Amino acid sequence: MSHSLTPRSVATREAPIVRWTLTLLALLFLVVFLVLPLVLVFVQALEKGVSAYWAALLEPDAYSAIKLTLLAAAISVPANLVFGIAASWAIAKFQFCGKNVLLTLIDVPFSVSPVISGLIYVLLFGLQGWLGPWLYEHDIQIVFAVPGIVLATIFVTFPFVARELIPLMEQQGTEEEEAAILLGASGIKTFLRVTIPNIKWGLLYGVILCNARAMGEFGAVSVVSGHVRGQTNTIPLHVEILYNEYNFVAAFAVASLLAFLALITLALKSLVEWNALRVQRNQEEIEREGIES
Amino acid sequence: MPLLNKRHSVLPGFGIAAGYTVLYMSLIVLIPLAAMALRAATMSPGDIWALVTDARVIAACKLSFGASFAAALVNIVFGLLVAWVLVRYSFPGKRIVDALVDLPFALPTAVAGIALTTLYAPNGWIGKLLAAIGIKVAYSPLGIIVALTFIGLPFVVRTVQPVLEELDREIEEAAMSLGATRLQTFLRVLLPTVLPALLAGFAMAFARAVGEYGSVVFISGNMPMRTEILPLLIMTKLEQYDYVGATVIGSLMLLISFFLLFIINLLQRWSGSRASAH
Repeated sequence: MSHSLTPRSVATREAPIVRWTLTLLALLFLVVFLVLPLVLVFVQALEKGVSAYWAALLEPDAYSAIKLTLLAAAISVPANLVFGIAASWAIAKFQFCGKNVLLTLIDVPFSVSPVISGLIYVLLFGLQGWLGPWLYEHDIQIVFAVPGIVLATIFVTFPFVARELIPLMEQQGTEEEEAAILLGASGIKTFLRVTIPNIKWGLLYGVILCNARAMGEFGAVSVVSGHVRGQTNTIPLHVEILYNEYNFVAAFAVASLLAFLALITLALKSLVEWNALRVQRNQEEIEREGIES
Repeated sequence: MPLLNKRHSVLPGFGIAAGYTVLYMSLIVLIPLAAMALRAATMSPGDIWALVTDARVIAACKLSFGASFAAALVNIVFGLLVAWVLVRYSFPGKRIVDALVDLPFALPTAVAGIALTTLYAPNGWIGKLLAAIGIKVAYSPLGIIVALTFIGLPFVVRTVQPVLEELDREIEEAAMSLGATRLQTFLRVLLPTVLPALLAGFAMAFARAVGEYGSVVFISGNMPMRTEILPLLIMTKLEQYDYVGATVIGSLMLLISFFLLFIINLLQRWSGSRASAH
């Protein structure tokens, strides 16, 4: 993106041959590492024709994997959305001690290996775990069952919404909310009418990223899933099973659903970013005009 | 110091928001993680030492760190190149290319794993070409590096890109007018400025690579002692009901992640102070 309005000086430009070489090299790298794997997913999925593709998607095990993935996302995304809003409200709008510690702790799930994200729940709720015997007595199964999958998904998608909202709300400060409160609006009304409109793009962005990860998580879910076909398999786990059975067309057909989701995520993300940029530029323009007049 | 600074407390809801944040975070993240660390801490040091110095664990450690380091190195070279091209040059389709850089964030790791494996297998599109000149990628340590490079690329590009965008062109012009060549300007003026961001990107890509599982298990072939990474070893221990072994290796990896997180924070602060100094 070129922000400069003045023409670029010769001093900060390379010779055309250098520019072309660098651009081609960068594009070649991206094609080999990013574009080819993506294209390959769709090519392999359609290798035996459209009917084989649909058959793989409509098969009962694939259908139940899709259902479980949707369920896990439908629980974990709202849960982390509520957390993200609470955390960003506390952190961005108030000054308190321990704030930096809290900020660092929110990031922890990002820096932990997905396998460990699953392992900790197995160690807690599994039969060998601390709560395992009690859960067993009461006939409650958490790991190697649906609740474990949901928990692991919540863990790995935990920071997404909070991470998007905190910097955004910090940047916007507290003046607008304070004005609303002093004018007599209730806390809830202030939040809904003043804060939400200001953060809606960031909120949407966070939810998109959270959802993409929730539906695509593999490592963490793989540890806590019992790998029971048709019962505790999510879409990524179903892909693994099909692939390991050398059923490549079906594996890539199911994988293409996730690749498609990734493409939609990227498109929405770009859309949100461009929109935020536009809003920001408009605001700068209004401020500039305000100063000039 | 009071818990809440009263100057800012015209706004309501601090108690409930902060309380919920801490409660939810404790239940989902802190207590389960602490439970694992505690379990490892209550074991005898001799047992832990015997587990950690097991030949298979050491081999997996070496492979995980070696491959992650190599992949992060590839990523700082090509990540800087991609960021530079995206910031400085214009070409058709640039917006799409820019959006595509985030693909490894958006594409589920299992999908990336099977796609890269099929691509680099001896009969795959790229694997075929490489097999002809005697290079084996899939089912070898090289394949692991390829998968980890895929996973780490956006970390480097997205940390370096904003720094390059903020760069003051006048510094480059000054260097030029003082007689520096373009290459000298790049090496002596631009590179030192982006170095903190580049190192932060390197550390992030490295940290992510050490813990990565999904994209690696398919391409590595998972041969013990040869292509078995640390997260896979945890998985294997769990499948053999060796909960003690899994706990120890898991806690070891947790320690490493916290150490890397600390390094990344330092590098980001350094990068931030560098950027604001200009």
